[in-house]
This record gives sequence, C-alpha cells and structure tokens, in this order.
Amino acid sequence: MNMRFASLRSFTLAALTAATMLAGTGTSFAQDAHATPKPPRESWTFAGPFGHFDRAQVQRGFQVFREVCSSCHAAHLFAFRNLAQKGGPEFSEAQAKTVAESFKVQDGPNDAGDMFERPGRLSDRWPSPFPNEQAARASNGGAYPPDFSVLAKARTYEVGFPGFLFDIVRQYQEQGPDYIHALLNGYKDPPEGFKVPEGGHYNEFFPGHSIKMPPPLSADQVTYTDGSPQTVEQYSRDVAAFMMWLAEPHLEERKRIGFMSMIFLIVFAGLLYFTKKKIWRNVEH
Amino acid sequence: MSGHATFEPKNPALKWFESRLPLVGLIHSSFIAYPTPRNLNYWWTFGGILSLMLVCQILSGVVLVMHYTPHVTLAFDSVEHIMRDVSYGWLIRYIHANGASMFFIAVYIHMFRGLYYGSYKAPREVLWILGVIIYLLMMATGFMGYVLPWGQMSFWGATVITNLFSAFPVVGPTIVEWLWGGFAVDNPTLNRFFSLHYLLPFMIAGVVVLHIWALHIAGQNNPTGVEPKTPKDTVPFTPYATIKDAFGMVCFLIFFAWFVFYIPNYLGHADNYIPANPLVTPAHIVPEWYYLPFYAMLRSVPDKLGGVLTMFSAIIVLFFVPWLDTSKVRSAAYRPLYRQFFWIWVAACIGLGWLGSKPAEGGYVIAGRVLTVYYFVHFLIILPLLGLFEKPKQVPASITEAVLAKGKTAASPATTA
Amino acid sequence: MASTETAQTTRRDFLYIATGAMGAVGAAALVWPFISQLQPDASVLALSSTEVDLSQIQEGQIVTVKWRGKPVFVWNRTADDVAKARDVPVGQLIDPIARNANLPADAPATDENRAAKDREKWLVVIGICTHLGCVPIGHAGEYDGWFCPCHGSEYDAAGRVRRGPAPENLAIPPYAFVSDTKISIG
Repeated sequence: MNMRFASLRSFTLAALTAATMLAGTGTSFAQDAHATPKPPRESWTFAGPFGHFDRAQVQRGFQVFREVCSSCHAAHLFAFRNLAQKGGPEFSEAQAKTVAESFKVQDGPNDAGDMFERPGRLSDRWPSPFPNEQAARASNGGAYPPDFSVLAKARTYEVGFPGFLFDIVRQYQEQGPDYIHALLNGYKDPPEGFKVPEGGHYNEFFPGHSIKMPPPLSADQVTYTDGSPQTVEQYSRDVAAFMMWLAEPHLEERKRIGFMSMIFLIVFAGLLYFTKKKIWRNVEH
Repeated sequence: MSGHATFEPKNPALKWFESRLPLVGLIHSSFIAYPTPRNLNYWWTFGGILSLMLVCQILSGVVLVMHYTPHVTLAFDSVEHIMRDVSYGWLIRYIHANGASMFFIAVYIHMFRGLYYGSYKAPREVLWILGVIIYLLMMATGFMGYVLPWGQMSFWGATVITNLFSAFPVVGPTIVEWLWGGFAVDNPTLNRFFSLHYLLPFMIAGVVVLHIWALHIAGQNNPTGVEPKTPKDTVPFTPYATIKDAFGMVCFLIFFAWFVFYIPNYLGHADNYIPANPLVTPAHIVPEWYYLPFYAMLRSVPDKLGGVLTMFSAIIVLFFVPWLDTSKVRSAAYRPLYRQFFWIWVAACIGLGWLGSKPAEGGYVIAGRVLTVYYFVHFLIILPLLGLFEKPKQVPASITEAVLAKGKTAASPATTA
Repeated sequence: MASTETAQTTRRDFLYIATGAMGAVGAAALVWPFISQLQPDASVLALSSTEVDLSQIQEGQIVTVKWRGKPVFVWNRTADDVAKARDVPVGQLIDPIARNANLPADAPATDENRAAKDREKWLVVIGICTHLGCVPIGHAGEYDGWFCPCHGSEYDAAGRVRRGPAPENLAIPPYAFVSDTKISIG
C-alpha cells in the first residue's frame, strides 16, 4: 500500500512538473508574484453602489473581443442571446441574431446520423476557436489561452493591509478589470538583465513577467464607428469592461436590488429599534 | 424552570389538540413565557442570529441543489448556469456563499461571548460541548461546500485538507484513498462531498435542538454571571428578548446584505473562478478565512503529523474549557486579570488568522509558532492558574441589584445596551 | 406583532403596526426570488425552435421529433386520411376549437384549421395526450389517428379527440415552412 502510494505520488509530482513547464506562464499566476507591480486602479462606470455598464463601451469591447481576442480565446458560457439581454451591451434582438447567424454552428446528428453545420441561433453559445485544450496549446506555443467567460472575476492582485479593509467600505471589486487593462498595456522592453524565455514576451504586470501571449492590440487595429479613440489604451479599457459584464452579467440588477434592500433594512432596523425601546421602557436593564 | 405564565388554551379545539400533543404549550413555554435575564446585552442576540443563518443556509442551499450538478465536468458550469440563467440564481448563490462566512462571523462572536462571560461553567458544560460539536460540524460542512463549485481552490483545498489524514501512521494513506474514493480528488470525491454537504446541515439542526434544550434546562447566563434568583431578575422571552433579537438580526442582515449585493466575491478567492485543474496548483493556496487560524497552526509545526495533531488539538481543547477554568466567578466583568488575558487571546487568534493568509516563510512562521504556543498556554496554563491566583471583584448579589446600581451611576450605559 | 399583555398597550399602536407590516413586506419580498427561481431559466426559454426535414417522411408516415423536450408528431397524411378527416362535421366533435397556435384562439376545429396552411397533407401536433400527458400511439384506435394507452383517449386523423377522458384536441405548436421541404417549429 505504501509503495503504491509513494510511486503514485512521485508520478503526480512528475506530471505536475511537466504540466507546469508545458503551461509555461500561460495559465495562472507563477511564482514571482511579489515582484510584480500592483495594477493601477482605474475608474469604471460599473464600480460603486450605483455602478452600471456603459452600453457603448461594452459594445465596443465586444467588437474588440470579436475581432481580436476571440481568435484564440474561448468564451464557452457566452450565449448570443446574452448580447440582447438587459444590463449588458443591450444590442437589439435583430443585431444579436445577425451576430449569431454569422457563425456556423455544429449541430446534429441528423436522421442519417451525421453532424451538420447550420447558422448560429440566439440560444447557441459562442463557438470556441479550438476544439479542445490540446489543440489550443498546439497552436499557441504550448500556452492555453484562458476562457473569457468568468476571467474578469478570476484575476486579481493583492491589496495588502490595511487597503483590503478599506475595500469593504469602498465596495471595491474591480481588481479583475484593473489587472486586464494593466496587462494589455503592460508590454515593454525587458529591463536590463532580464532574460525573457523563448516564446515569451515581457509584460510588466504579468506574474513572472514572461507571458506567452504576444501583444494582442495595436493602434487602429479595430475600427470604431462611434468616433472613440482607436488606441490600445481605449481598446483595453473597453474589452476589460466587456469582460467584466461577461463574468458578471447581472451586476446592474444586483446593485439596483442591493440599494432597495439596504434602504428597506435600514428603515426596518430603525422601526425595530424604536419598538424595542418602547417595549423595554419600563424595564431597567 | 418556572415561567412567568403557563399556557392555558381557551378554544375547545385547541384544548383537544393540546391534551394530545402539547405543541403550542411547548412553543409558549420555550419562546414566549421563557424567563430571560433582564440584563442581557446585544452579544446575546447572536444565538438568534445563528438560528437565522442556519435557516438561511438550508433554504438557499436546497434551492441551489435544484440547479446544481455534482459532476466534475458539469459542476463549474452548473454554478455559472445558476449565476447567469436561473431567475435570481445569482442572488441565491451569493446569499449562500456569503452566508457561510456570515455564519462563521456570528459563531465566532457567539463563542467569544461565551468565553468572556464564562457561559461554559457549571451547570452549562453540556450546553458548551454541544456548541463545540456544532462548530465542528460547521467546519466540515463549510469545507465540503467550498469544494462543490469545482474551481481551482475547491480542488486544491480538498486535496490539501484530505491529505491531512495521510499524516496518521499506518492507516493514513488508506484513509485518504477512502475519503477520495480513488487515487486523487476526483468525481467520487465530489459526489460524496455533495452528499455530506447536504446531510450535515440537518445534523447541525439536530444538535442545535439539543443545544437549545440544554440552554432551556440551565437557563441563560448573563453579563453578571449571577443566576437569576427572583422573578424580578428576569423578563419573559416575548416580547422582550424577541424584539431585541429581531433588532439584532436586522442589523446583522444589513452587514450581510452589504457583502451579498456590493462585494459578493470579497470573501471568496479569485482562483475559484478558474475551473479545477488537477495538473496545476495555484501559487497561493489559502483556505476560507474562517479556517485561517488553524491553517497557521498547521504550518507552524515543522512535522507533518505534529502539525495535524496541533491543529485538531486547538479545537479539542475547547471541549475541556469548563474544567480548565478553575475560577469560581463566571463573568470576566468581575475578573480583572482574566479580562486582559481574554483580549490577548482574541488578539492571538486574529493574529493567527492573519498569518494563515501569509506565505509560510521567514518571520511569518516564527510569529505563527509563538502565537500557536500562546493559544495553548492560554487554555492549559493561564486558565487553570488564574482561578487560583486572581482576586475577583465583588460580584453583585443579584441581577436586579447590578442593573439598579448601573442605573444609578448612569454614566456608562454603553456596556449593556 | 408583539402585543404585550400589560395594560398600557390595549390601544392599537402605530409603531407596532408599522414595524409588523414592514416585517411582513420584507418576508414577502424575500420569498419572491426563492419562488421565481423555479420558472424555466433563460437558457431553457432560448431553446425555442427545432427544424424538421420533410423530404425524408414517406406518405402515410408519422415522424416524432423533440421540441422543448416534448414529442411533436409530423404526419404526412394520405389523400384518404385527409378526406376522412374533412368529412367529420365540427358539431360532432368533443372539442370544437382548433387549438392551433398559428390561428386565432377561437378558430373552429375543421381539418383545414388543423392541417398545415395550403399543404393539407401535413399535420403537425404536439404528441401529448390532453388528458394527463402520456404520448399517444399513432395509426391506432377506431378513428385512424392516435390512441392513448394510458386512459384510452382516441384521436382522429386531424388529431382531434373523439373519445375518452381527454378534454381537448392535440395542440398544434407554432411552426412555419421555411422551404417546401422544411418546417421550423417554435
């Protein structure tokens, strides 16, 4: 029993090492997290108690995602119907349908037992660029481009004492978009003495500084129709906002109901306090 | 205990029913006429708050199960399905996830209150021990619940915690394989944790019934630590305690709602939004905040088995507190030395919690060792000795006397609401 | 809420009523999400349409397809079936209403109103007995339509109930021809 367990453990260890090497710096935070600077805090429309998404911004972010990011990154929880849903980019249903129909989606099997392709429908999910993780790695130098579905909630940075306590009062939950925005603007020439491993790119905000993703955005790469600046800074801000919505599609509803609940609870607590005082008025305690 | 009034049904139908099953009478004597000390402060509302949280967790949990799928390939996505597609699913899931933390905040306050006012002392030892059992069950439930979303922290938390049992000689590795139902945390593990996560809350509810039963046998302790002597010392539970509890609960709900609606992921860990990957461990594995003090103890012992035993002992020692504390005086209000040591111990617990969230290196480990030792010294040395050497202040003759004395000075209304 | 048995509060007290009412409102509001979560979720609601290729269905054949988790019968009726169905006067029917989601709610249950518009050989009905939800068996029973094995309801060649406990004709789902040989249900 012990023997088997020991060999099993060494196997796991070997597999782990291999996987870590394979994954390179592509998937999650690597060792050197402490040397990474904190991403600056941006001002987001969806922060705070009355936070809401800027429709135009999320629509632009969707455009960046569609034209740039989605060629490598999947978003398997993202359904076309979400585009027309309240509290998001709020495209019209017709627009969402047009987006869906521009994709071929595999369906089937039909009566002959074959899979077939048909135009996408609102109920379909965003097709992944690669059929599986292995294919994604093979096409991306061994790194796995993470799925976008909840990525904005899966990324953060350490706030430290006492900031983390203030964040409770300030309701700051936007570390994910901060990080994404910083990362997309964080490509730089490596400092002297830093050797970027082969296939890596130096990024100031990526833990370990060597990221497999080449700088994805460049100026004028995506043509905006609303006259917003076509800069990396603007693209990254827009796509970060889009990703936040994608990760938390009910954010607006949550904050709206939250405000009503708070008002209710505070008034109710006030009433209870006076009722309590009245009941206890003749009892010294 | 004799109540202020007994229940006499007037309605003939009710009379008929009561003579066969005295249900209303039981409720009446337990929650209406039940005499509670008149000097209870707001720290005593946490018992009620905890009952509320248990109900809240069971109700939201039952609803979540209607949409959740306990399978490694579907668990993560089914939780996101709840968050995205189910009507108000996001609300119910955030209530449940943050509710667990709120439950623990409330239980820690409840336990600290018990330790401060000596609520574990005779004749309330069984009451206290039942409470520690509830706490243990809560820890097991919380741990298994955290595994269910099947994110990275779920998976690696489950791996690390179950591996604790591998520290035991001879049987350890077998126990771990039996816990897993395999050679690693995998689908069988998820399934059994799901099953137990659904079962344990009802066991908690069962022990809570015993806990309340034991409470109603001994009666509530109070800030003076003096037992009620005359009816003047008590007030009927309803409306006095009911309304005070209700006010405490709603205040607690405001705090709870702040997390649910405005910072729902604050107490969670970002890595848990990455689907579980058995091949890659996240850089910093941190348990949920409520386990952090124990996690710090585990890491401060350089020996595997030693660490595990230390951690378990930290909870087991709580069972013996009624006998480790040798003082005749209950309440810390009349124990000047104990009061100071109590707060030092609370600080040590918070310090351990903070260290548990830090990487296990350098000064953090040394600080962790010091505080771990202090934790045990508090229970095993300070508590028994204090009873022998401490000179307590004059304890009031009765609750009423204490209340009236306070009313006269009137300068310090803060201590007891 | 909280009516003390002491003498002072025999009068109804505004504060108590307000507090109690507020608590009741809060409890009711809190119950709503827990009830609301039971309704079909957004992903289920979005799964609305199924396409059926009619070119594969032989004359006389009934094909069963799944739409929203329910069976839908698509019947390529023979001229004989159609003629028989047309012969039945509406006045004789148990349920004289067409039950066709593509027509007004009060359309009479003529065969024209039951079959596909201008393509009378096609009959598309939801394959659920209107009695208690079993799936009837095709080409069975005395009326050359369907026979429900659970409680013996019988339907004719237009899917209209003719005998048995079922109260209504088989429902016709919303559908449309997207081409001559293809329909889209939903």
